[in-house]
Amino acid sequence: MFSAKTLRLAGVGAGITALAGSAHAAWDLNLPRGVTPISQQAYDLHMLILWVCVAIGVVVFGAMFYSMAVHRKSAGAEAAHFHHSTFAEIMWTIIPFLILIGMAIPATKALVMMEDTSESDMTLKITGYQWKWRYDYIEDDITLYSNLSEASRSRLHGDPNENKAYLRDVDNEVVLPIKTKVKLLLTADDVIHAWWVPELGQKKDAIPGYVNQMWTYIKEPGVYRGQCAELCGRDHGFMPIVVRAVTPEEYVAWVAEQKGEAEATTQQAAVDVNKEWSKDDLMARGETVYNQACAACHQANGQGLAGQFPAIAGSPVATGELGAHVGIIMNGKPGTAMAAFGAQLNDTDIAAVITYQRNAFGNDTGDVVQPKAIQNAR
Amino acid sequence: MSTEAVEHGHHDAHDDHHDHGPEPGLLRWVFTTNHKDIGTLYLLFSLVMFFIGGAMAMVIRAELFQPGLQVVDPHVFNQMTTVHALVMIFGAVMPAFVGFANWLVPMMVGAPDMALPRMNNWSFWILPFAFTMLLGTFFQEGGAPAGGWTMYPPLVMQGGDNFPFLIFAVHLMGISSVMGAINIIVTIFNMRAPGMTLLKMPLFVWTWLITAYLLVAAMPVLAGAVTMLLTDKFFGTTFFSAAGGGDPVMFQHIFWFFGHPEVYIMILPAFGIVSHIIPTFARKPLFGYESMVYATASIAFLSFIVWAHHMFTVGMPLTGELFFMYTTMLIAVPTGVKVFNWIATMWKGSMTFETPMLFALAFVILFTIGGFSGLMLAITPVDFQYHDTYFVVAHFHYVLVTGAVYSIMAGVYYWLPKWTGHMYDETLGKWHFWLSTISVNVLFFPQHFLGLAGMPRRIPDYNIQFADWNMVSSIGGFAFGLSQLLFAYVVIKCISGGKKATDEVWEGAEGLEFTLSSPPPYHSFNEPPVVK
Repeated sequence: MFSAKTLRLAGVGAGITALAGSAHAAWDLNLPRGVTPISQQAYDLHMLILWVCVAIGVVVFGAMFYSMAVHRKSAGAEAAHFHHSTFAEIMWTIIPFLILIGMAIPATKALVMMEDTSESDMTLKITGYQWKWRYDYIEDDITLYSNLSEASRSRLHGDPNENKAYLRDVDNEVVLPIKTKVKLLLTADDVIHAWWVPELGQKKDAIPGYVNQMWTYIKEPGVYRGQCAELCGRDHGFMPIVVRAVTPEEYVAWVAEQKGEAEATTQQAAVDVNKEWSKDDLMARGETVYNQACAACHQANGQGLAGQFPAIAGSPVATGELGAHVGIIMNGKPGTAMAAFGAQLNDTDIAAVITYQRNAFGNDTGDVVQPKAIQNAR
Repeated sequence: MSTEAVEHGHHDAHDDHHDHGPEPGLLRWVFTTNHKDIGTLYLLFSLVMFFIGGAMAMVIRAELFQPGLQVVDPHVFNQMTTVHALVMIFGAVMPAFVGFANWLVPMMVGAPDMALPRMNNWSFWILPFAFTMLLGTFFQEGGAPAGGWTMYPPLVMQGGDNFPFLIFAVHLMGISSVMGAINIIVTIFNMRAPGMTLLKMPLFVWTWLITAYLLVAAMPVLAGAVTMLLTDKFFGTTFFSAAGGGDPVMFQHIFWFFGHPEVYIMILPAFGIVSHIIPTFARKPLFGYESMVYATASIAFLSFIVWAHHMFTVGMPLTGELFFMYTTMLIAVPTGVKVFNWIATMWKGSMTFETPMLFALAFVILFTIGGFSGLMLAITPVDFQYHDTYFVVAHFHYVLVTGAVYSIMAGVYYWLPKWTGHMYDETLGKWHFWLSTISVNVLFFPQHFLGLAGMPRRIPDYNIQFADWNMVSSIGGFAFGLSQLLFAYVVIKCISGGKKATDEVWEGAEGLEFTLSSPPPYHSFNEPPVVK
């Protein structure tokens, strides 16, 4: 597909990139070559087109600079009068056209390969939310929510330099086995997002109400970081992606561990929902849930952000009719960034956070919501 | 092709009601139907908008100067990126080119004014109202639009109070553009001086004729798209909501069907301006006049069949992706033809490098660099890595800033002496050029690296791996912004006074406008010149 010369040039490019240092090196100049067949094809094509453009640039700008130096009045040049040449027009139409065909052929082959999601070994469904990702492992029946890590969130207005993975670390990483063709299904819950990990080489939009698909096949173990790549509101820059690629054996172990944890969480939730909770216990748990799930928008002090996110303090919802408050938290508010938390939080968490909101920040409804009530409301 | 005028703008004895100058006082500017006045209004409006949009860019670069959030809330940052683009596209670049069209098209074709002078007045005066509405949203609760200038649903629906004002402002800008375009087409077809066949028209007139058709075709499509946003939000339709059977991606198709011709609307007049300046300062006729006309027409035609290259990651079928890859690559051919023709114009000329020529030559080089990154973006399988990153931001700023804006500055320096009767300060002009050119490259070239390294667009904060090039880019940005103050100073100084300009202004200048005095009479070509 590529001539030996092209491959050597690509190798030189790769060498320069390697000299630039590790993934966290500053002064990065180039695309990463990545760890999947897709990323590597993309890189090779990128280098090919880049060198073609450089070559054309050298010729075109060379001619211009020569002309500026030599064909100038101050050097005594006298203007010629020619102003057309059909031969020239034909040549400089046909030659670029042929160069384009030369580029289009490898590009077509690469694209056909990249869009072929058939015969995958496993499926990962990715859902974009404002502003986090949800991952569902279809065959292994695991669900994860992945948020920007606390290590980054706490440094937004502080010193980010202490965290090398600042804004590219999460609480729950996506774990995938290497050397496995993984079909990635993409959708969203609210607005359009896009899932992108540069070293995996694929990016596709996550569109509410539609399912896109792409695939990956990670050749080497490692940690690969990416970000949301479609403007999705205030925290578009704060919903990263971390993929940890591990050996198939390690993956199986991780699955078991996740299932174990999920099982434990489910059992605990089943116990919790039947308990009668004290107000103090609900408030304590509710504060934790609030800080994890609500504070990003409504702020830790419950004051919200004027014009964007309503305050919880003194809110007509949080101090008004309880059913409406439950409804908004469970089902979200369409047309706004308020997501439906009914699927994301369990009954106890929802009961706790509602109790907290109704009794904190100066609100004093005295309402205490039991998890059982939320379970019944579903 | 150059034209020779046999008769200059003599007043005929029985045309004495054209002998007066402009009405005295400020109301002259409100009620004028004179193409020169309206051209001036558009250009001054554009200059003000350029600084307003530029101020927002300075906020953006200030926030991106270092990792961490120091300057603005992320929501305000999104308002900055959104309104910066809307102001620059619809308030700075497009009105500037319409200003050039108003001043020059009638003079270049030997007409006394535009075909529809009163509609011309409205075309301009709609704009200050539209932008007052748009910029006024900053004072609303919730702030200005923050969903990107591309207004994709569903995100744009979360806009809050600013949403209807955004839609209304876009409608008004569209009406202004369409009325202006109709005026230009009718003027060019109906009011050329005898002897000026279409293939004898100056290239600037050709590029504006073609641009006007693009405007008429594309702006109503935008109007349709934003009207559907409005009805989805307020009148219960679900064009873009999957829950109601609609499709958010359909908006993108409709928007970009407008959006791609739109970017050619912003560059074809630039090609026209540069095609006047280079021959003048090379003292040699434009190379390949017919080829340039055909290339411009080809670009305009092709611009209608490439739109989905803005959407390669939406999940299009493979056939669609291939089609749009091929057509997008194809548009490089006529564009390249134009670049080669400009170089052939320079070749074996006798060049001098006054400020307009400096900007025009920088345009050719730097726009071509933008064209290279555009070609790279056309290659769909690699675009998956470039899309929605700073690589795209670098590309379009090269073609729009060092492309369109540079051509506007080149044209201003070139024609200001004709319009005002005074030469501008050449030394200051050259300072403006060099300061701008060095800083604009420091500002935008590193953004290619940032995009390749993995930095997405429209983010107020980033990982420390992107810190170094962001700092360099921001420094370039501050320097570029400051340099434009020098431009404003040069323009104002030239309007106020300066060395008297001759009719011809530049040795080697061709065109009917250079047969008129500098400044030209308030009403010129009451008698059409005869063109050989």
